[in-house]
Amino acid sequence: MMVNKLIASLLLVLVMSISAFAQSKSKAPVKKAVSKAAPVAAGMQNSINNGKVVYTQYCAVCHQADGLGVPGLNPPLSKTVYVLGDQTRLINIVLKGLSEGVEIDGETYSNVMPAMAFLTDQQVADVLTYVRNSFQNKASAITAAQVKAVRANSKK
Amino acid sequence: MKRYTFLIVQIIGIIIFSSFKSDNPKSLKPVKVSPDQDNAGLVLPKGFGALIVAENLGKARHLTVTPKGDIYVKLSKALNEKTIYHLKDNNGDGKVDEQIGFGDYIGTGIFLKNNYLYASSDEEVFRYQLNHNYEVITPDKPEKLVTGLINKRQHNTKSIVLDNNNNIYVNIGSPSNSCQYQNRAKGSMGIPNCPTLDSAGGIWQFKADKLNQSYKEGVRYATGLRNVMGLDWNPENNTLFVMQHGRDNLSSIFPDLYDDKANAELPAECMFMIKKGDNAGWPYSYYDPIQKKKILAPEYGGDGKKEADPSFIDPVVAFPAHLAPNALLFYTGNQFPERYKNGAFVAFHGSWNRAPLKQEGFFVAFVPFKNGKPSGEWEIFANNFAGTENITSTSQAKYRPCGLAQGPDGSLYISEDKKGTIFRIVYDGK
Ligand code: HEC
Repeated sequence: MMVNKLIASLLLVLVMSISAFAQSKSKAPVKKAVSKAAPVAAGMQNSINNGKVVYTQYCAVCHQADGLGVPGLNPPLSKTVYVLGDQTRLINIVLKGLSEGVEIDGETYSNVMPAMAFLTDQQVADVLTYVRNSFQNKASAITAAQVKAVRANSKK
Repeated sequence: MKRYTFLIVQIIGIIIFSSFKSDNPKSLKPVKVSPDQDNAGLVLPKGFGALIVAENLGKARHLTVTPKGDIYVKLSKALNEKTIYHLKDNNGDGKVDEQIGFGDYIGTGIFLKNNYLYASSDEEVFRYQLNHNYEVITPDKPEKLVTGLINKRQHNTKSIVLDNNNNIYVNIGSPSNSCQYQNRAKGSMGIPNCPTLDSAGGIWQFKADKLNQSYKEGVRYATGLRNVMGLDWNPENNTLFVMQHGRDNLSSIFPDLYDDKANAELPAECMFMIKKGDNAGWPYSYYDPIQKKKILAPEYGGDGKKEADPSFIDPVVAFPAHLAPNALLFYTGNQFPERYKNGAFVAFHGSWNRAPLKQEGFFVAFVPFKNGKPSGEWEIFANNFAGTENITSTSQAKYRPCGLAQGPDGSLYISEDKKGTIFRIVYDGK
């Protein structure tokens, strides 16, 4: 009897963990690197998923679906100092645009990036969290509160 | 010790022999140029073959081939500190075996006419006198023909061509997409009487033999051209033809009027025949290849249907949107079959602005011409530069065609700037 119960509860645990595993797999189709590394907090994963939608609509046209940009025109978003470095600078790139002529790995880019201040704080946070965790990047989330603060500061 | 002496003698012998060889290249019997296995990966019409003549030149933009068969190619990124390369095939097997670099300015345009080589930076145009072998006499001392052209990063390349009257035509691209108050920004409207057009967004004509000309000495030959990379002088009707890079970002600037599919299909990449004083309509108008009409740009009150000012010229050929025509060449050779004679080849760099839809156009197209007018539909001539059909992001393309030139034997040369490869297309009639 005792043994039976033990086997039953062991089975239950096994079934539960398999289904949980399957779920987490289907929920995170975005990036292999993400699912392999330490589990991403649910909130962050949510932000990445929403950020992908924003990226496809507003950024992919220039930076391309694979985030590698267009040679000579639009820079890559893979492991650049802008994406992984100072977060205020990164948020400002989306809010104010950029046309200073960045140089990445000896390459320059002749196009301009328009300001996209029309995006909500949450959209900016999501798209940057997505970018910072795609295209071989692995970095912390950007929050809507951070975007709000940067936006308020730049209005002064 | 004895062995070493022998070795040294041998080495000296090889050196003497090989220098003798390169001193007398013409005494060698020319080997027949044959296509690479698998035509270097290109897909061509029946009877044509392709070989790679040079590789790893980096950003190889436009090129020109001398009457002796040497190549000059302009680079937009220095290779070993040089930005023009003179490429020679001394043993006649079709493959470049000697590269001589010169020039210290990056750029795109290069053209050879009579006894001069012309080349451009992103602000200036130079010329170099050639000797009887079409070799540059003083590579370090070009004469500066044109100076002070605007270069604001975007669309800054200066493509060049000469007519038969000693005039040189220079493209000066617009430094913006559509002359908005805020370039490429969502909802930003166009600046009335687009001020750009005074110094850019058109083709300027200069004298091919006068030094230090700028806007004041030049003539704005045609206006309303956003950015022209490919241009050529049509030998049949003695007229300039250009390929415009059409505007981008219709759906990201005006999402209420255009969806992503419309953005991927609009506007056409246009070939224009240019007469002095023509206006092709940018930024006020674009050509819709589906409605077959000039449409008023949304930045200037358009809604995707309202037609533009009818005085703007119509294109002579409308290609699919965003394919980026980087070179135009009228074929005058005798090697290719008769139907190619006087027709236009157009090298497309391949798109980026079709995203999120699939990218297209990594090919060289052909348009048959008669008496200076297209005499049939355009067709793909050389394809598969991308290396695969399914390009979702531009950087996946293996090669990106950029320049075109005709060899003295009627071969067609194609440069590409992803890796810096030069292809030669030959016809063997089989
Ligand atoms: C119209 C084309 C365009 C769009 C749309 C666009 N960008 Fe950019 N972006 C550029 C260009 C061009 C640069 C480089 C500008 C320069 O050199 O000054 C750039 C630079 C950047 C940089 C810094 C350089 C780097 O490569 O790390 C980041 C980060 C960036 N963009 C993110 C985004 C995000 C996120 C979006 C969407 C919300 C976006 N961009 C939309 C064209 C664009």
